[in-house]
Amino acid sequence: MAERYDAIIIGGGHNGLVNAAYLARAGLKVLVLERRHVLGGATVTEEIYPGFKYSVLSYVVSILRPEIIQELDLPRHGLTILPLLSTLTPLPNGDYLYRDDDPHRTRRDIARHSPRDADTYSEYSREMYFMAKAVKSLLGMVPPDLGSLHPGELRRLQQLASQFLGMGERRLYTLVKLMTMSSAEFLDEWFECDPLKATMSASGIIGTFLGPRSPGTAYVLLHHYMGEIDGVFRAWGFAKGGTGSIAEAIASAARALGVQIRAEAPVARVLTRSGKAEGVVLEGGEEIRARLVVSSLDPRRTFLDLLPGEALPDDLRRGVERYRFRGSSGKVNLALDAAPDLTCMPGDGPHLRGAISISPSVDYIERAYDDAKYGAFSHRPYIDVIIPSMIDPGMAPPGKHVMSCFVQYASYQLRQGTWDEQREAFGDAVVDTLSEYIPNLKRILLHRQVVTPLDTERMTGLTQGNIFQGELSLSQLFFLRPVPGYAQYRTPLRGYYQCGSGTHPGGGITGAPGRNAAMQILKDLRR
Amino acid sequence: MPIPSPFHPRLAELCRSQEWRNWAGYLSPATYQHSYDPEYFALRNSAGLIDVSPLFKYDVLGPDAARLVNRIATRDLRRLSVGQIFYSPWCDDDGKVIDDGTFWRLEPQRFRITAADPNLHWFQDCSRGLEVEVQDVSRAVAALALQGPNSREILNRAIAGADLDSLAYYHLTAGAVGGAPVTITRTGYTGDLGYELWVDAAGGPALWDALMKAGEPFGLTPTGLAALDIARIEAGLLLIEVDYISSAKALTEARKSSPYEIGLGWAVDLEEPSFVGRRALALEHARGSAWGFVGLQVGWSELESLFAKADLPPQVAGRAARDPVPIFHHDRQVGQATSRAFSPLLKKYVALGTVERSYARLGTRVDLEITVEFARQRVPATVVRRPFFDPPRKRS
Repeated sequence: MAERYDAIIIGGGHNGLVNAAYLARAGLKVLVLERRHVLGGATVTEEIYPGFKYSVLSYVVSILRPEIIQELDLPRHGLTILPLLSTLTPLPNGDYLYRDDDPHRTRRDIARHSPRDADTYSEYSREMYFMAKAVKSLLGMVPPDLGSLHPGELRRLQQLASQFLGMGERRLYTLVKLMTMSSAEFLDEWFECDPLKATMSASGIIGTFLGPRSPGTAYVLLHHYMGEIDGVFRAWGFAKGGTGSIAEAIASAARALGVQIRAEAPVARVLTRSGKAEGVVLEGGEEIRARLVVSSLDPRRTFLDLLPGEALPDDLRRGVERYRFRGSSGKVNLALDAAPDLTCMPGDGPHLRGAISISPSVDYIERAYDDAKYGAFSHRPYIDVIIPSMIDPGMAPPGKHVMSCFVQYASYQLRQGTWDEQREAFGDAVVDTLSEYIPNLKRILLHRQVVTPLDTERMTGLTQGNIFQGELSLSQLFFLRPVPGYAQYRTPLRGYYQCGSGTHPGGGITGAPGRNAAMQILKDLRR
Repeated sequence: MPIPSPFHPRLAELCRSQEWRNWAGYLSPATYQHSYDPEYFALRNSAGLIDVSPLFKYDVLGPDAARLVNRIATRDLRRLSVGQIFYSPWCDDDGKVIDDGTFWRLEPQRFRITAADPNLHWFQDCSRGLEVEVQDVSRAVAALALQGPNSREILNRAIAGADLDSLAYYHLTAGAVGGAPVTITRTGYTGDLGYELWVDAAGGPALWDALMKAGEPFGLTPTGLAALDIARIEAGLLLIEVDYISSAKALTEARKSSPYEIGLGWAVDLEEPSFVGRRALALEHARGSAWGFVGLQVGWSELESLFAKADLPPQVAGRAARDPVPIFHHDRQVGQATSRAFSPLLKKYVALGTVERSYARLGTRVDLEITVEFARQRVPATVVRRPFFDPPRKRS
């Protein structure tokens, strides 16, 4: 007997689940359909090697919206976010740059490299606070429609304009610089210490196919500061149990609100009739009907794969075809027999409980980008390392460890060979690079999982393996995301919505697209 | 001057922050590192080790031991079997709370009482006419609290001869570390899975070392009072001199509280005929209490807008606050919040407090005073169920 739903959510990643939970909270009967056997999409923990839990893809939480944590009562459903308090940048000469939550200690360590930068650091943080504050209010809102003459839309535009103009002239200039400059140039205006600039600039390139000297990357630096301006919510955290536990907590909250979730239920296409979505057809042929269909998949899958070609207006079809994915990163997960020992800071210590950033200089990262520009992976890549088992001992057997390595660059399109041929060589480049700073690494290495952009695409369906469902560059943000005119979670098809990271405010484990889309849907339903 | 506890050699080595508090006359770390954060998260994520030696401990023994503890506790300890522990307040003749603590039955005629304040004199007063001896073992017995989700695994590895898997919540057992006997109680002040370990003071450091060694791969972290304070508020647990004032110390009648007024009505067993304060409490029970103890959850969006008006993010994170603030209903003050904390786990700003009884019902909306940029403001809060955080593992 065919059940009828108010809403079907395609994709059980964290945004799909958040969307489902909010719709169910408003009284809708909701079904989530996930292609894989495990929920979470890119927010997934898997035990690939017995006893060792890998956060296979995403590995830290940046700005999971506080209102989502509170409204869905996620801690009661098992969510524990543990703070990542430090960033260590080991240097090839055996020195290091160490920053943590103790401002005095951080100042002292920066001062070893540059006494001037040590002072500038806090001035810079304050300035970024104001930048992030101006931009933060955009995260939780449905982007305005620039073309609309609807009074409500005009009012929203006016509010936005006055908010930015209210920053004051000097800060507005800084914001415009952030929007237009490269992260390296922007940081050059503040700092002289190369490892400091390099490590900070790295957060401007994550998930993009751009280098630290590419214009537009400065803006992404802001995402580092978003968490801090919530006052009590931190910038970076690690979810106990790995990122999969975030998806599980949201799924548990969703189920408690009445959401039904089916795994191993791949959707083949959306059922449409006279300009309206009516449900979905699974790959096995099963048809499921619903008043609303919400896709959490990326824009290409949402519009080109799931819909019949004639359903799309030309501007949207072309916009989606031109939308830049450009997967640029890989992930290497390591199982270790013992704790890693760093040349620059031997033995145990708080530095092993924070991030370790392989970003010794801006040139280093730019060179890593050079490799990728011409269709290779970086032979000496930028690597963002965390050791989850140091923070949550349950991630590995007692005394043993898992190491999560986010690696950039790994170009989706290779000039020579295929990723299936290059996978192990890429893994070797990562392990070799890390071994320069962690001499015992090869000796304690028990297992490695190398996730190339192609693997990411195969596993999660993320086109070209882009972790953010499309690059986070200014031309693809806010009312331009995914395509101008279609940034309000709606689609030309009535009853068909988008709620993935390919919509505003983009990727990362924020839940914001899922929640914003739910707000829009409920508004349209007048709930 | 505070004195060192039996664990001081270890604490002093590890307390890098040099931030000490005076707990009942003992030097007690507030935090070990720059921030209490890792310690708080250890309690909720792995395990924390807390020196709780400053608690007062009394052994009660003799043919009338059971009669004495029944006279003291408001709970019916006739039902307390050997190996079991009850938490209970105790009261004066007027039914006002003197202190609260745990009562353990070690043997049919041997009990232990733990207390926050010195109580020897009171216990001896209560024993008049009974064949029983009360010994103050506070200094002779050192104690550690091992709290957090990994505490059982750590203890299983550190302690010989104890069957921890079958040790139920609020029960005790015996074990040994390096041949020295240890009493293990499944108790704690964090509202999480946890144990407390009791040894002869001289054996303290050896116990500390054994636990730290076994706990290393399980994230065991020495934990100070700043982290503990947040955890106990999340667990909805009272603190004497903060959430209520001992009737033995109160300067006015108004400052005294009955168990009913501090959320401990469940621990008053009026069926038990002999305890001190019973008559007064029976009267109060029949008539109704003046005050009720509540957990409050502050409305977050309202809090954010209050701070936003001052162009600031909400500034409530950090250590737990112990300075009382008024609670209002419309414009009338109806009580006070005595403990407040931002829960790093729940991402909620919560408080414990006392209100006039008619405002103590779940779901009641009140206003809490909060200072924003030096100006007193009021923020809406709702009476919610305590504990704020109650993981199933606490009892599992």
